[in-house]
Amino acid sequence: MMAEKTVPDYAREKETPGREVTRSQERAMTPPVDIYETPEGLVVKADLPGVAKDGLDVRVENNLLTIRGRASHSAPGELVYREYDLVNFFRQFELSERVDQAKISAELKNGVLTLNLPKAEEAKPRKIDIHVA
Amino acid sequence: MAQWNPFTDMDQLRRDIDRAFEEFASAEAPAHRFAFLPGRGPRRYPLVNLLEDKDNLYVEALTPGVDPQSLNVTVMQGRLTVSGEKSRVAADVKPEAFHRSERASGKFVRTFDLPVEVNEERIQAEYKNGLLIVILPKAEKAKPRQVNVKVA
Repeated sequence: MMAEKTVPDYAREKETPGREVTRSQERAMTPPVDIYETPEGLVVKADLPGVAKDGLDVRVENNLLTIRGRASHSAPGELVYREYDLVNFFRQFELSERVDQAKISAELKNGVLTLNLPKAEEAKPRKIDIHVA
Repeated sequence: MAQWNPFTDMDQLRRDIDRAFEEFASAEAPAHRFAFLPGRGPRRYPLVNLLEDKDNLYVEALTPGVDPQSLNVTVMQGRLTVSGEKSRVAADVKPEAFHRSERASGKFVRTFDLPVEVNEERIQAEYKNGLLIVILPKAEKAKPRQVNVKVA
């Protein structure tokens, strides 16, 4: 249904040459996601703190869903104590043909990206009418 | 006569081990979900960065998906407390509908000792793109003071 394309350990991924998609990302973090199914389709939720709308790039190409986010800090001032670093987010999933790619919608709210991936018509469960002769 | 079956023994051993770990991870809250929660997980939540300039301290906390209404920021006697709740995905989603569940949810609280005295009356907080920013103006006596050096 939804196969992960990103190798979670990005450092290892980097050693594999020839992967155009990852070469462009100098440093990236894999955002945690929830993926669940509804009667209408799939819902993908990804935590992307610090990513504004114009820093987010979600695209589907050849059944490959790519989430890219450019995160930036909001607080001014000089850093005196650090527990995290906001770098770029990157994750890819392979979609099955059963997702209606034209109807995918996305929403970004409170640092969480919600993607709605509606099932293609032929993939929805259908009740078969039985005619009694 | 009962026959010895090594698989039964192995199964029993597995159950014993499971039971031994049950206290750490109950069935409804598997251990990996703790990662985001305070106290129970190995990580502190939320993670924070502390910044400062001449006039203010800034605390930036990583809180994606937290309902801004649930956020509670208090300062008392030089201690900053941030609490809130990261809501679960829609409650009507059945567990078997999940393909992946990596985003933890739940209530959190974290307290920090502030390094300098702050003006508690003028603290501000804002929530933007999943980041909580608390602006804490430094108390007058905590601000750096320029000392003129006289040349004799």
